[in-house]
Amino acid sequence: MKPEKYSLTLGFIPLTDCAPIVIAQELGYFAVEGLNVALSREASWATLRDKVALGILDAAQMLAPMPIASTLGLSGIVRPMVTGMSLGINGNAVTVSSALYARMLEADFAAVVDPRLSARALKRVIEVDQREGRAPMTFAVVFPFSMHNYELRYWLASAGIDPENDVRLIVVPPPQMVANLRAGTIDGCCVGEPWNLLARAEGVGRTVITGQDIWRNKPEKVLAVSKEWADRHPRTHEALLRALIRAARWLDDPVNGEHAAALLSAPGYIGVDAALIAASLPGAEQPDRAPDRNGRPVVNPSCFFASAATFPWRSHAMWIITQMYRWGQLERPVDIGAVAGSVYLGGLYREVAGQIGIEAPAIDVKIEGAHSTPWTLGEAAHAIAMAPDTFMDGRQFDPARSVDYLLSFDIRAPLPAVEGIACRDP
Amino acid sequence: MRTPGKRLRIMLVDRLPERTNTVEHALSAAGHQVVARVMAGGDLAAEVAAVSPDVIIIDIDSPDRDTLEHMRTISRERPRPVVMFTNDDNAATIRSAVRAGVSAYVVDGLHASRVLPVLEVAIARFEEFQAMREELEQAKSTLAERKLVEKAKGILMRQTRMDEEAAYKAMRKMAMDRNIRIVDLARTLIAATELLEPQGRKRGP
Repeated sequence: MKPEKYSLTLGFIPLTDCAPIVIAQELGYFAVEGLNVALSREASWATLRDKVALGILDAAQMLAPMPIASTLGLSGIVRPMVTGMSLGINGNAVTVSSALYARMLEADFAAVVDPRLSARALKRVIEVDQREGRAPMTFAVVFPFSMHNYELRYWLASAGIDPENDVRLIVVPPPQMVANLRAGTIDGCCVGEPWNLLARAEGVGRTVITGQDIWRNKPEKVLAVSKEWADRHPRTHEALLRALIRAARWLDDPVNGEHAAALLSAPGYIGVDAALIAASLPGAEQPDRAPDRNGRPVVNPSCFFASAATFPWRSHAMWIITQMYRWGQLERPVDIGAVAGSVYLGGLYREVAGQIGIEAPAIDVKIEGAHSTPWTLGEAAHAIAMAPDTFMDGRQFDPARSVDYLLSFDIRAPLPAVEGIACRDP
Repeated sequence: MRTPGKRLRIMLVDRLPERTNTVEHALSAAGHQVVARVMAGGDLAAEVAAVSPDVIIIDIDSPDRDTLEHMRTISRERPRPVVMFTNDDNAATIRSAVRAGVSAYVVDGLHASRVLPVLEVAIARFEEFQAMREELEQAKSTLAERKLVEKAKGILMRQTRMDEEAAYKAMRKMAMDRNIRIVDLARTLIAATELLEPQGRKRGP
């Protein structure tokens, strides 16, 4: 079956997790599928999204919440989008300026050394500032519809910090984060690698918690296309997914880390030092982090393929929609399960994975946060070894009870139409 | 609505100073004022808040687009029209984006002669969009208020065995006596009931 379209332009943002796209190009996985792909480095998520919506780009790396936001009309032009695969799980960290780090240590040393409690130290610092009438501190994320935004807010709220009122949240492009930390225009940020590592290497910031500590093996980036494009090019779409799943599998092997880092560090791709990129690829030791309690170095958990990392879990999409409600981005009632299922195409993934003999989950939804240790996903032709998926506060997200989950948070936007939010049995 | 010919306060976000110079001259010649020129980096959100421009002109390939995008989603930051320019040759598709009414793009790069007409269009569209959004907000809040009154009426009927009309009259009288809006009375009534008979959704874990 020949693809409907051979020559494609794919958009990416210079970050470690554009790796599957770059590797599929450099190692010829696209070529094997008969695709002639041009890669287009984009400077902002908004422009990348507009180009996919307008058909200037065929497909692009997107933040996991972006195709949902475009489908719901929350971000830019209203345009239904879909994703047939995730481009990786984990990544991101919260880094604070060296000055704020010192204040946090002074305020609550015990909290700072335990990432899950670290927001408590920030809370103490904020309380002092509020008593003394200082302006709220500024934290930056990379885009309003990003896991970074939801992770930072989850972490802040875990210690009773209201992200809307106790701090000022802004958006700063990732390559500008370190300069802003240095200049003192921001006090902290949640950003992907290699920017946290760079902040540490340049002595301007310290990482206080990683995305992995907030929600283990959480979704991060996806490959997105407009629904219209997917409908018109089903075979091209499948060919793209096959190439990218294979590239992801190659990337997950730690022996390929050095080779991958060298390719990714080229000026046309990420354009930063290969050693820093290597430190954010699977299996690398984190120079930024103190050893764990048993003295083992902390290993970066960026994951492109293992633990069904490429599978577009509908439960991930449903969690994202709960956060859109939680933070007031989505104010009208929708059927959470139906929207998630129309954007995250688990069925398409299974189809494609089957064509190349790769194991895929037979279910689209799992209870998130129910596994604190490595576990086995039995719902597959051959069981899949899975990594833990717990949240920092031990909460569990049962997609069938999305509304109750949403209401269980004390800090959240008002939900004027809560009776209307449906959650069809997922 | 803006009166035609009004002097606009403009913020330019661009990496290329030479290009910015040309555009600034053209805008000044047309009676507008460039109140800020931003190269990239820094705290653009703070700068916009401090300068408070009527319109922002930005290179579509500037990473700062995401910062502006975020500001549009925050209600407390006053939204401002954003005009984007690009050297992309996808003129037709970009024009369709302009027609979609969400963004305004200037094609063929930032040529001074093209900026002014597009600026006018962008501002007009933006104001249309804002007006529609405000209308929608208004409609939404009216509906929400009606629902609150209905809910409070139901509580009153359940607790006092009044019929619907009597319950409504009782609420209207109470609101008039206290000189408050009936929806505020409904809110108080609902809150009081929830306090006295906590039967809402379970909170936890």
